[in-house]
Amino acid sequence: MARQTRRRPPAPAAAADLASRLVGLRYPWWRLLAGGLALAAAAMLAASRGSVDIPLGALLDILAARMTGAASPPDVPASWDTILWHLRLPRVALAALVGGGLAIAGAAYQGLFKNPLADPYLVGVASGAGLGATLVLLTGFPLVVGGVAMLPIAAFAGGIAAVSAAYSIARSAAGTPLATLILAGVAISALAGSVTSLLMIRSDPDLRPVISWLLGSFIAAEWSDSAAALMYLAPSLAVIIALARILNVMQLSEEHAAMLGVEVEKAKLLLIAAATLATAAAVSFSGLIGFVGLVAPHAVRLLWGVDYRFILPMSGLVGAAFLVLADLVARTVVSPGELPVGIVTAFCGAPFFLYVLMRRRRSIT
Amino acid sequence: MIRSLLELARPRLPRPEHDPASGIAIDDVWASYGDRRVLSGVNLHAKPGSFTAIAGPNGVGKSTLLKLMAGTMKPARGSVRVGGVDIASLPARRRAALVAVVPQDPDLPPATAAVEVVLMGRNPHLGTLSWESAEDLSIALEAMRMTDSERLADRHVDRLSGGERQRVAVALALAQQTPALLLDEPTANLDLAYQPAIMDTLRRQALSGKTVIAAVHDLTLAAQFCDRIALMCDGTVLAEGAPAELITPENIAKAYGARVSVLSHPETGKPIVVSSWR
Repeated sequence: MARQTRRRPPAPAAAADLASRLVGLRYPWWRLLAGGLALAAAAMLAASRGSVDIPLGALLDILAARMTGAASPPDVPASWDTILWHLRLPRVALAALVGGGLAIAGAAYQGLFKNPLADPYLVGVASGAGLGATLVLLTGFPLVVGGVAMLPIAAFAGGIAAVSAAYSIARSAAGTPLATLILAGVAISALAGSVTSLLMIRSDPDLRPVISWLLGSFIAAEWSDSAAALMYLAPSLAVIIALARILNVMQLSEEHAAMLGVEVEKAKLLLIAAATLATAAAVSFSGLIGFVGLVAPHAVRLLWGVDYRFILPMSGLVGAAFLVLADLVARTVVSPGELPVGIVTAFCGAPFFLYVLMRRRRSIT
Repeated sequence: MIRSLLELARPRLPRPEHDPASGIAIDDVWASYGDRRVLSGVNLHAKPGSFTAIAGPNGVGKSTLLKLMAGTMKPARGSVRVGGVDIASLPARRRAALVAVVPQDPDLPPATAAVEVVLMGRNPHLGTLSWESAEDLSIALEAMRMTDSERLADRHVDRLSGGERQRVAVALALAQQTPALLLDEPTANLDLAYQPAIMDTLRRQALSGKTVIAAVHDLTLAAQFCDRIALMCDGTVLAEGAPAELITPENIAKAYGARVSVLSHPETGKPIVVSSWR
């Protein structure tokens, strides 16, 4: 066979041909740029629409004045400035941060568990955070202590506690089998969920604040919320994106990755910790918003391939834009009332998810 | 946790200190999984430039021996040295710069171009934050050329045949540019044309100076391409030597408890093993 064929170095023409075929492997920066522009456009649209529509020109004037510290433009009503700067923009910013954070955490989980149906709530963050929030809302715990809102802190602590419990249960001397981690997460989610339900049944009749939190909302968003969320999101998302190439190698079996020089257990711990921190930070300020962390990375993977160095940041941009638009729908569609944004994301996300499932089924048959 | 974070910023590692002339040395190695002893006192030496086959019945500990040589498992007793270095004591990246392993029937990620998979072989030479350079790409393409898989570079690995996938998996290991190359059943599930093609590629790698060791089931195939065969039985090496002297009906009866005839290849004179089952 090949033994008999004499080997020659490849002709220069063949090498050039190969190189040109491999051009598709180059990093598509321009797609990230386009994603960034799309996010900016979504943010502008969301900021300009609402109970009062602010024309784009006025919006840009007000923004420019705010940025340069000048007095607000004379030909624009002062109320617009207030609406934009104190109501809409904090909301848009928080929605973008939460959407981006959930999407990147979801992409990391999908890569880690090699399961396209994994989402950031897989190992118990959501139910833990839900229990934390319910405890604060229903047990007469003071909502504000020393000027600090307790609800986000309780939700954050609950989420971290649930995942830590699942991780420490699944961990053994030989490592942390991911299947065991999922099972432990499911059991802990069930436990936390049942306690949450028990609290709801035993409490005062008015459950609306709890239900509204559980469905997710940006209704009271302030700049300080974005700042606090960013404090946790920035480092954890940076760690996840830094591990993107390692995450690519981990798409081989764990044993194979280890033989290629990946410290598999260390990488798993870092990714789970960072994704959990990002998710907990996101949900603690907005409640449990479903489907963003599942749908955004999935759409990116379907459309643009398997390299996590691209999937992770692009998912962040897509998730951010998706949640900004979902929040716009949530606050305008039943005006003057408002829907929990979780209803909107699920209403758009669930059909997409079913579409993906049908596509998978078709590709198998 | 903090240490792991600092690890992220580590740049490319220097090539590990090793003695290129000393190959792989396994001395009196014992290993067990829990209470089940798998290896008891294995000795095996392989020189650079040699292609050694490890043969023996199923469950005799061939894969365990490969894991020990890769350093992903520590021996309970004895020493496993690659290039004179105790391989299990090294951090993962340094291990992977000394020993490359092709697992049996490797699970390659779906929808990924073959060249991207081969580029993963550059991981031990890359810092966590650094990306593959043009030089890494040309190393990967050279590895694909050596395994005759260059034309598959932009094909998705889940669309390849078993033999093509195996070539990509070997190219992935070659891209690591290690002095030692280990393979677990590299010809399992391959057809008659691919089996000798892969074995020939491995022999060429040995001739270029690597220490190549493969667990192989097919003794005839091993005899055709390998310099040495180590025949394992009951968790130890029963006999080790050049194919012509090692492959005898007596040795095979001892190792496998099977009756065989050993014929001679009409062209090369190399031994051919045929079952004498009646």
